[in-house]
Amino acid sequence: MNRRNLTFASIAVTSMLATGTARAAGECATGKTLEEGVLTVATGNPAYFPWVIDNAPEAGRGFEAAVAYAVAAEMGFEAEQVTWTTSSFDQAIQPGQKNFDFNLQQFSITEDREKVVDFSVPYYTSAMAVVVRQQAIDAGAQPTLDSLKGLTWGADANTTATPVIQSLIAPERAPLLYDDTVDVIAALSANQIDATLLDLPVALYQTGAVMDDGVVLGQFPADESASPDHFGLLMEEGNPIRECVDAALGALEESGRLARIEAEWLQQATDVPVIE
Amino acid sequence: MADGVATLPGISRDAYNARSKRRGLIVASASTIVVTTLIYQLVPRAPGWARVKASFFDRDVLIDTFPRLLDAFLIDIMIFAWCAPAIAIWGLVIALCRDARTPALFPLRVFATLYNDVFRGVPVILVIYLIGFGIPGLGLSRTWSNPYIWGSLALILSYSAYVAEVYRAGIESIHESQRSAAKSLGLSHRHTMRYVILPQAFRRVIPANMNNFISLQKDVALVSFIGPVELLRQASVEKSLLANFTPYIGAAIIFLSVTIPATRFADHLIAKQNRERG
Repeated sequence: MNRRNLTFASIAVTSMLATGTARAAGECATGKTLEEGVLTVATGNPAYFPWVIDNAPEAGRGFEAAVAYAVAAEMGFEAEQVTWTTSSFDQAIQPGQKNFDFNLQQFSITEDREKVVDFSVPYYTSAMAVVVRQQAIDAGAQPTLDSLKGLTWGADANTTATPVIQSLIAPERAPLLYDDTVDVIAALSANQIDATLLDLPVALYQTGAVMDDGVVLGQFPADESASPDHFGLLMEEGNPIRECVDAALGALEESGRLARIEAEWLQQATDVPVIE
Repeated sequence: MADGVATLPGISRDAYNARSKRRGLIVASASTIVVTTLIYQLVPRAPGWARVKASFFDRDVLIDTFPRLLDAFLIDIMIFAWCAPAIAIWGLVIALCRDARTPALFPLRVFATLYNDVFRGVPVILVIYLIGFGIPGLGLSRTWSNPYIWGSLALILSYSAYVAEVYRAGIESIHESQRSAAKSLGLSHRHTMRYVILPQAFRRVIPANMNNFISLQKDVALVSFIGPVELLRQASVEKSLLANFTPYIGAAIIFLSVTIPATRFADHLIAKQNRERG
């Protein structure tokens, strides 16, 4: 064909391909979300630092808020197309209709939970850190398992910290359990427990910004732990959006964007001793 | 007919009564069977039934978690065992304060009224948080910070208000003639209370107080908010690990196994009292 027709044809083909690719990015999730063209993300009420800053996930500040917006962007949703809602753990696992497409609030992926809900591939692997008050260190607490056994432990009842304490540390006295991290810190300050086990970023925040005399005694690093704490996005059982989310997370991991988000929002602590 | 009710000729009143009672029983049984069958047939046809059944009525989860739930229930029983007598006594004290009639004891009366208003008005869980975390937070030693002490104290303070009001109703329900009779015998106020009013009032309000104590059996679970791992907290932990609500059904079964006998006993006491009063 003549030159003008060739140019016209090539432009037409390229533009078709371009729109085709743009559509393909958003296509994975079309028809699979609660509301067409909108991604509904749930998080905790309240959502704590450093996962969400100032309990305002819409601002995109905070590790989990940033991850949610990054996953949404990979799936073809603009920032304005993401709506936030809140959900308790119970609401996330109840058998009826869910009010979210996916839910992120530091849910640990476990086999038992996988039977009831669907998890994405992990977006973060957490080290667990032991938090004590200065007075416990003055009384002789050491970052060794033997020393930890003698302490009185407390933990958030709704987390996987409880089985970790029971199995890994096996303290002499049964741990006391509380509704959330805030209550655990309150009990620590009220001298009712000696130590607790928190995710490392939360431990750093609590000892750094919240408690007067809190100290991170040591950590169980994620890579050294027998069953590390993987955080995953929680979705309804059988939700078709899972493949899109997994693909998005995979792309974010490969491109290094996930690591950059982690570096931006979660403090890197290199000087926390490892518990022997 | 004297009683105005028509009876069929040839059938005595007794026979008529027996027949209508029998018919009533048959209708009641039939109606119960129909309703139960309807529930059994219709509920599983709901579209989400399979998911609800797996989430709330999973037999394997129930069997697996039940021993741990029973262990945790012992803590509930323990806390109830030492709170209930303390509440019975402290409630009586508050009721007597409220009943103080001499002018010199007026501050006691004010105190008791305020006490009842505050502790009946504030939810028990708030009192537990305030006392359970607040007082140890002032800097007590480890043994004195024990959440069992302060949680139990919070329960005792809260429930005494309710029990005191029931006692007060009982004391006021004793007819004034009893006091007049006691006065005419020369009994002092203290002796009147001790030998005339309180024994009667106490017996009279036992059924009403049973209600409060059945309620206490369940509210003991609120102490779990400040740390002790009792039945409800254990069920919550199991639910969190298994992402399944069946442990709560297990907890409900355990609670019912204790509260239902208590309720029936309270009913029995009320019926006995009604019979005695004629």
